[in-house]
Amino acid sequence: MILMKDIYKTYGNGVTALNGINVEIEQGEFVYIVGPSGAGKSSFIKLIYREIKPTRGSLQINNRDISELKEKEVPMLRRNIGVIFQDFRLLPKLSVYENVAFALEVIEESPRNIRKRVMEVLDLVGLKNKSRFFPNELSGGEQQRVSIARAIVNRPKIVIADEPTGNLDPDTSWEIMRVFEEINNSGTTIIMATHSKEIVNTIKKRVIAIEDGLIVRDEQRGDYGYES
Amino acid sequence: MKARTIKRHFREGFKNIARNGWMTVASVGAVTMTLLLVGAFLGLILNLNHMAEKIEDDVVIKVLIDLAADDEDVIALGKELEKVPGVENVIFSSKDEELNTLIDSMGEGGEVWELYEQENPLNHAYIIKATDPHDTDGIATEVAKLNAVDSVSYGQEVAQNLFKFTDYARTVGIILIAGLVLTAIFLISNTIKLTIMARSTEIGIMKLVGATNSFIRGPFFVEGLLLGVLGSIIPITVVLSGYKLIESSIGGISSIGFVEMLPFNPFAWQLAGIILIVGAGIGIWGSLMSVRKFLKV
Repeated sequence: MILMKDIYKTYGNGVTALNGINVEIEQGEFVYIVGPSGAGKSSFIKLIYREIKPTRGSLQINNRDISELKEKEVPMLRRNIGVIFQDFRLLPKLSVYENVAFALEVIEESPRNIRKRVMEVLDLVGLKNKSRFFPNELSGGEQQRVSIARAIVNRPKIVIADEPTGNLDPDTSWEIMRVFEEINNSGTTIIMATHSKEIVNTIKKRVIAIEDGLIVRDEQRGDYGYES
Repeated sequence: MKARTIKRHFREGFKNIARNGWMTVASVGAVTMTLLLVGAFLGLILNLNHMAEKIEDDVVIKVLIDLAADDEDVIALGKELEKVPGVENVIFSSKDEELNTLIDSMGEGGEVWELYEQENPLNHAYIIKATDPHDTDGIATEVAKLNAVDSVSYGQEVAQNLFKFTDYARTVGIILIAGLVLTAIFLISNTIKLTIMARSTEIGIMKLVGATNSFIRGPFFVEGLLLGVLGSIIPITVVLSGYKLIESSIGGISSIGFVEMLPFNPFAWQLAGIILIVGAGIGIWGSLMSVRKFLKV
């Protein structure tokens, strides 16, 4: 599914973010990425949806070498990957429904499929009755659920979340995690960077710890391992 | 591309134009100024070129034969002239014929010259026409070297001067127009940058969920196209009505032989078409230039 071999990433300003990453993630896995700030978690995640390219090494997703992907093929890669951020990134002038539908409109899905599919995912994240609301009328947890709905609306094989609970209170975080587990149960790979000790230690999954651009620990059903 | 998508691009494009208010007016103004000049210069240059070509086509070389030459010399010269490369035809014109032409061309005042009919001081002449008018100069020099030739004259100078002027006008026109085109593109790309700033989150999300670059460019393409087309309305009106006006006022005094403008139909329409295309091109180029940077994510 995802295979990284000797991945190095050095940014233009000379900062080295990744220092030889080797890892394999299977379809359907749920993986936490943990580690101190600035250790390379975000770079690791950005590589997968190709916001950045590795300086050296090979990165395969679904048996395709991403580092050799042509610029024109990037959109097709992204249609198979859903991305969720800490700050939700919703469009404030669009309603909940429109925000989710937007992701399908811009890949030119037919209007009939859009209506059906959007209501399906809004149901899945429990926001069916708020589809006409605007983002500023929703709580943080609800907004994050909208952004999750947007990320999974075109049935990606991989969902990437960069600290999705970073802006949420503990109760809301658990709600979000339930949604993630549900998505994972349907066979979608989930890769989630997080700083939440409670979540990692309670919902036991594979844990990959990154420090100074290297994987220092990789265990199934692992612990968070840092004092938070 | 699907019809639905095109509809969406147009909707978004129009929305942006309305949203940018005064910047839209400024860039449309810049395009208008540019196109007015493009139209004026193009109209002028093409017409001058047309006139110069017309004159040049009529240019003939007149070879005056030495007064001392006898009939045999004259015939020999005629044969030699025909052999000069680039010569289309050679016509002999005796000194009597020359005098008649002269008298005719003088009109009323020509009568004075009739006195000379008894003692004609003119030369016999050959009138040469070149296959390609551009060779006239070379042929004239060649011919001047032959025996029994007194002198060679041709009306090339008028055409030469006109061509020189056209060249000059063209250079000035190109520099001016290039400068204005760049200014217009710059203004348009700045106007559109404003929209992009406001929409950068939207573009980011579009990229993230896998919209293709051409899809993202769509509305900006439409916006640029519209700015260009809006900017070409006034210039087209001015060119069409202005050309009509000039044509009818010059038509009245067109007894000056060579002042013959290209006909309104189709020339003015072609000019309008060029203005529209240049306007649209400026708009689209300026617009797409400003999106380029935002697509590299």
